[in-house]
Amino acid sequence: MADILQLLVAGLATGGIYALVAVGFTLLWQTSQTINFAQGEFVMLPAFFVLIGMSYFGLPFWPAVALGGVVSVVVLGLAFKRLMVDPMIRHGVLPLVIATIGLAILMKEAVREFYGADAWPFPALGATTDVTVFGAVFDVQSLLILAICIAVVVALQLFLGGTVTGRCMQATAQNPTVARLLGIRVERMILYTFLINAALVWVASLLITPIYLAKFTNGEWLGLYAFIAAIIGGFNQARGAIAGGLLLGVVDNFAAAYISSQYRTAIPLLILIVVILFRPQGMFGRIEERTV
Amino acid sequence: MRRSRSVLAGGVLALAAAFLVFAPLGLKPYGIFILSMWAVMTIAAIGLNLTLGYAGQISLAQAAFVGIGAYITAYLTTKGWPFWSTYLFGGASCFAIGWLLGYPALRVQHHYLAFVTLAFNTLVYLIFRNEEWLTGGIYGISNVPRPSVLGWSMNGAREFYYFCLAHLALVSAATWWLTRSPWGLAFVALRENPIRALSLGVDTRRYTLMAFALGAGLGGISGALYAPLVQFIDPTPFALGLSLNLLLMVVLGGSGYFFGPFLGAIVAVLLPEWLRFTQGFYLMGYAVLVMIMMAFSPGGLLGLADRLTRPAPRTGTGAVAGSPEAARSEGAG
Repeated sequence: MADILQLLVAGLATGGIYALVAVGFTLLWQTSQTINFAQGEFVMLPAFFVLIGMSYFGLPFWPAVALGGVVSVVVLGLAFKRLMVDPMIRHGVLPLVIATIGLAILMKEAVREFYGADAWPFPALGATTDVTVFGAVFDVQSLLILAICIAVVVALQLFLGGTVTGRCMQATAQNPTVARLLGIRVERMILYTFLINAALVWVASLLITPIYLAKFTNGEWLGLYAFIAAIIGGFNQARGAIAGGLLLGVVDNFAAAYISSQYRTAIPLLILIVVILFRPQGMFGRIEERTV
Repeated sequence: MRRSRSVLAGGVLALAAAFLVFAPLGLKPYGIFILSMWAVMTIAAIGLNLTLGYAGQISLAQAAFVGIGAYITAYLTTKGWPFWSTYLFGGASCFAIGWLLGYPALRVQHHYLAFVTLAFNTLVYLIFRNEEWLTGGIYGISNVPRPSVLGWSMNGAREFYYFCLAHLALVSAATWWLTRSPWGLAFVALRENPIRALSLGVDTRRYTLMAFALGAGLGGISGALYAPLVQFIDPTPFALGLSLNLLLMVVLGGSGYFFGPFLGAIVAVLLPEWLRFTQGFYLMGYAVLVMIMMAFSPGGLLGLADRLTRPAPRTGTGAVAGSPEAARSEGAG
């Protein structure tokens, strides 16, 4: 029982991180039909921004984290939108997908070339001790991650549902034409989702890098898990992505512990295939109509 | 104008063919190996071009089929089977598996299909890596023998290069015929407007599956040549990276153009060797090139050439397409 509880909490913690990445992913899709194949690299990169801040500019950890956040929002949010998505989106979905695959290669190779191919240690955000509750040993780190993920998701939901800007963004996602008629500045709202996505991957990067170390290949599986979470939950619903991320983290942890560590990666992939074949709209998603 | 265009194209083709035939005479064995690799990867890319470029079905599983073809050939030839039987068996197996992989494409499109095929590729990779009794796990299968044709051994680098080149020529001829047959036109109809194709009486279901199966079968043939070329196989080359790379080859060369895969494979297989001194910067440059191409010419290099030499500009039909085939089918439909 204690084992199961431990696995559950650890799974929810990594699942929470997947959820953050997946929510950003679905936001981009909803407002601008951008499928970002570089989303995993977007999570890999902010940790290196922080490391660069610490090693090259000699900043202490927290200022470096803040610097990493600013750089992430400018590069992964603003520049990504203006320099890549805007010129390409008029060609349709597929060229942008391929361009983001190119972007993923570029980011990976740039980190390897300019920072190194090693796995770099990354400071944890809080104490790395264990607490014992009801005979089960919990890693404080996991609890902290889970708490931060919940806080971020709740804050995002409050923003989207409770503020005028958030509601304008939702309107943009649902129907850009009507939103424009109602006087919403659609372009600006789309830009906001890119900035929010950049902030989300920054948080995810800070949470996940202490566990898996900072390595240029991190994005490969992170991106894949974010896609799977988004699809399991439903591509067009933020809450679907959250549920998908949490579920994925838990399933992944239990599969590694009880089924086979060799085929650990296979379980989420099988779930993905089953969901796509039998419920392509995901657990919570709406069916998207086909246009002739 | 049209005439000068075809003269130009014919001249370039003749030069390229002459180069391919005579290049090995002046190259060291490693150079010949790289050129053979180009031929093998071009076959895989031609297959993907059928699925993606002509039929418009995105697939991120081509590396899995190259892997399946390579593993079947390596496993059976090291067990003493003759090459031709394993070659046909590998191609046919991939055709059958590709047909099955086509079924998801009947239900979902675009990015969903990309993820299904991506998941399939990773699953196949895991099987290659973990099922040690069958595939040798991470140690792979070594000493894959090279075949002989009518008693003439293909063991030498040069002989095997011509062997690969002959296959490439055969595959090209078959594909050339296919894309101009009613089947090829049905594929293009599927890509341009599946619903209209259906309403015009095209059996979209059968052609979607066929597009996947043919693409996969060519992937298998490419793998069947890959194994005796490298003579050692392990799981690593058949991971997702190769699938993405093949996709980029097709798109960069010009998806939906017959010669797109040839050109894309030059950029992805030959150029890195010539530009070896640039080290990691080559991949960065390649990535930037892909992004620039997507922004300014989604039709790839051939799309760009087409646009530059075409007398009167015609507007494309969006998507990755905008190719001459598309224009023709538009005119005919």
